[in-house]
Amino acid sequence: MNDCILEGRNVQVLYEGRLALAVAEIGVHRGETLAVIGPNGAGKSTLLRILGLLERPASGQILLDSQLVAKDADLLALRRRFASVFQDPLLIEGTVERNVGLGLQLRRMAQSAASERIRLWMQRFGIEGLASRQASSLSGGEAQRVSLARAFAIEPDILLLDEPFAALDPLTREMLLRDLHRILRESGVTCVFVTHDRDEAQRLGDRVAVVMDGRLQQVGTPEEVFGRPISESVARFVGVDNLLAGQVTADHEGLLAVDVGSFSVRASGRIPVGSPVIVCLRPEDLVLQSGVETDARDGALNHLPGRVTGLFLTGSQYRVEVDCGHPLVALVTKHCVQALWLAPLSEVLVDFKPSAAHLIVKQES
Amino acid sequence: MPASPNQEAVANVDLMWEGIRKAIWLLFTADREVIGISLLSLRVSLTATAISLLIGIPLGTTIALTRFPARRIVISLINAGMGLPPVVVGLFISILLFRSGPLGFLDLLYTPTAIVIAQVVIAAPIVTGLTLAAVQQIPAKFRLQMLALGASRLQMLWLLLRQARMPMLAAVMAGFGGVISEIGASMMVGGNIRGQTRVLTTATVMETGKGNFDIAIALSILLLAITFGVNYLLTLIQQRARTP
Repeated sequence: MNDCILEGRNVQVLYEGRLALAVAEIGVHRGETLAVIGPNGAGKSTLLRILGLLERPASGQILLDSQLVAKDADLLALRRRFASVFQDPLLIEGTVERNVGLGLQLRRMAQSAASERIRLWMQRFGIEGLASRQASSLSGGEAQRVSLARAFAIEPDILLLDEPFAALDPLTREMLLRDLHRILRESGVTCVFVTHDRDEAQRLGDRVAVVMDGRLQQVGTPEEVFGRPISESVARFVGVDNLLAGQVTADHEGLLAVDVGSFSVRASGRIPVGSPVIVCLRPEDLVLQSGVETDARDGALNHLPGRVTGLFLTGSQYRVEVDCGHPLVALVTKHCVQALWLAPLSEVLVDFKPSAAHLIVKQES
Repeated sequence: MPASPNQEAVANVDLMWEGIRKAIWLLFTADREVIGISLLSLRVSLTATAISLLIGIPLGTTIALTRFPARRIVISLINAGMGLPPVVVGLFISILLFRSGPLGFLDLLYTPTAIVIAQVVIAAPIVTGLTLAAVQQIPAKFRLQMLALGASRLQMLWLLLRQARMPMLAAVMAGFGGVISEIGASMMVGGNIRGQTRVLTTATVMETGKGNFDIAIALSILLLAITFGVNYLLTLIQQRARTP
């Protein structure tokens, strides 16, 4: 027995004869939010439609509560256990109230019970003041709140969200993301959340599934997926900007030495000496030190001397490019940039812990 | 001595004013024959429009939502059908309904029913074509969303038509406008028989031909009033949802 409310097995989807999606196994645990991430066109939305019984796969099975969804099953009844929100709010003509109650109306819920539900969910999404407004007069953010309230009002067993924030401006998105996070936790609803945004996935997902090129690449907690990606392509997608190809040259009780050509990296792990590996370093795990101080060094740390080649402000942090014989990217605070007088050509030390270096064993292709 | 063009124009204007004056009198006194003709026009064209809706809405929606071989050819035929010349329709329906024709046994030629049949042939493609366009302009994403919210087939159809209400009512207006104003078919299959199949358009042509401009103008005013009235009602329904 497992605690999966929804599972897909050996799912294959063909578009015009081309294999668009092939997933051997995916399960959604009861009460969790599973974030499905991947680049555009990777097959995430297709996977969501398959799991939501909105599209039939060319082959494979879908299980709801460990029960196989039969080919001749009453799809309408099963579909009504789900509710979905897409990138576009796709509201019907009419008032906000009418829209929020649409799912209930389709399920023929009694008027009195429905209006109570509608009121409750409009309140939770902060749109009770818009109840009698025409849907066509709403802003993008308001409309998406209506769309979310409409899905939650159904109080489905499984909620499917497909890029619900992709069309919103950053401020609106941030506010709605916070509200959704709170409501998801409070309601305990099972949710599959598709996004191309790593931030959103990390914040909302109890687990994260990475889909690339129509394949499920990795599933795990956000810490696992973002910290220990299983392949080079997953590493790149989850934001590991530093990927160094090398070879394990020594093993001192779990502290490995990896030769990456121009320097050697200390990394923790259990990989046989001689294995070709890729060293993954997240830019936020790299610490920059002044290149002048040379004393008081921790022998267990990695210290790589280098020279700053570029400095860019991204959001609230600086991306600093350092050439250590191999170009590395570090993400540091404005404070750090000012304290170290960082500028192009500054000499710095790039420090990181052995545990920050994640190793991927290179597959022979 | 022939009248100069100027004098002729003045005479025409006089004739028109005289006609309008008499027309208003005819309307004001509720001339029984004129009222009868108007009611028949309204009844025939409304019936034809209603039947066209019954055919055109399901047909247009089905074609919009399904994929089948030769779909494009079918759509092209419907689009071409939207411009069917009423005279041609009248001719074909006449041939069908002639006593010696394939449907002659029905004995329908020169009855209001025959006019309704001809007008349905004119209006049904218009309603079908515009319904097709109205439903097609709703994005596939909208259908997916409604499906994902738990809509059954029938509920989906209802939601689509509801969403397409604006262009759908335009389809009704176009259908009604097409038949209330046509003359060729009404004349050919109806025969313009006094008290039986005489409608506003056929009567107007006949009275103009006879030089009875007063009656012709009265009939035209009624035709305009009916067209405006029906479209005004439809516009009220169409715009109701849009006013904040």
